[in-house]
Amino acid sequence: MAEFKFQVDASQIMLFARSVGDKNPIYHDKEYASGTEVGGIVAPPTFVQASAQYDPKFPLRPTIGEAWFGSGKEATGLKPKAKESGDKEKKSGDSARMLHAEQQYIYHKPIRPGDELTVTTKRGKSWEKEGRRGGTMSFSETITEFRDASGDLVVTATSVGVTTGKAVSQD
Amino acid sequence: MALNASTLNIGDTHEEQVAQNLSRTQIVQYAGASGDYMPLHTDELYAREIAGYPGVFAHGMLSMGATGTMLTNWVGDGRLTQYSARFTRQVWPGDDLLAKATITNIIKENGETLAEMDVLTVNQDGQSVISGKATARIDA
Repeated sequence: MAEFKFQVDASQIMLFARSVGDKNPIYHDKEYASGTEVGGIVAPPTFVQASAQYDPKFPLRPTIGEAWFGSGKEATGLKPKAKESGDKEKKSGDSARMLHAEQQYIYHKPIRPGDELTVTTKRGKSWEKEGRRGGTMSFSETITEFRDASGDLVVTATSVGVTTGKAVSQD
Repeated sequence: MALNASTLNIGDTHEEQVAQNLSRTQIVQYAGASGDYMPLHTDELYAREIAGYPGVFAHGMLSMGATGTMLTNWVGDGRLTQYSARFTRQVWPGDDLLAKATITNIIKENGETLAEMDVLTVNQDGQSVISGKATARIDA
């Protein structure tokens, strides 16, 4: 079980809301927000995704000083594998087949600027399925709990990821 | 503004256009804000040559976030108790997204009145990209 701290600040809430196309002033206007039922700026429903910024081991962010699997001069920054060890290339291939299949949130309390959330992640179920568009699909569930400074649950997030056998066709 | 049980009925709907001609820049913007820099979404060369897709496509979570805008605009801020989505189809640059919620049930639980709803977001061809559910506290 991995654990890290997620510092919530007002600017991050504003940037996140913009990025999903949400112009609701509750996400950036303190004065407006103080006169509403929630009484202040709160985070939008899917905001906890931004906790990835604070996850020290998040794999989908370039790590300073390490090769990145996205493109640079070539389509992938990873070197072709040496015959005996296929780890790096396998990693790049697997990443290309990874997709987000499902996401669920249970909301216990609103998230507000200044919150320091403790994020704990554990593995849930995993299963396989034959798909028409994506070949053999391997699903796995990750359950993430966000707790505030007093230890109260704020959000429970369950994510289902899928690794497909091939690129998902569009028919 | 929260919903009220006295005026809300099963079958009531609310819909909003939550993306129009979705730009590659918005996908990049979402990558930066969420911290999810998966090259499938931001790196055309990688998406085509390594992953074998026609090009980059939006994070499923961008569509779920955009759909969330429609939900909070309808049920009010801080009113959602649950929100879930299945990503049924990829969303591509240039897509238009129409998000819709339909009330399926109104229940009382622990002294609160809750509205349960189905959530469906479709692209410009009417194909489902998100199929989900949400629950919100409403006024009795």
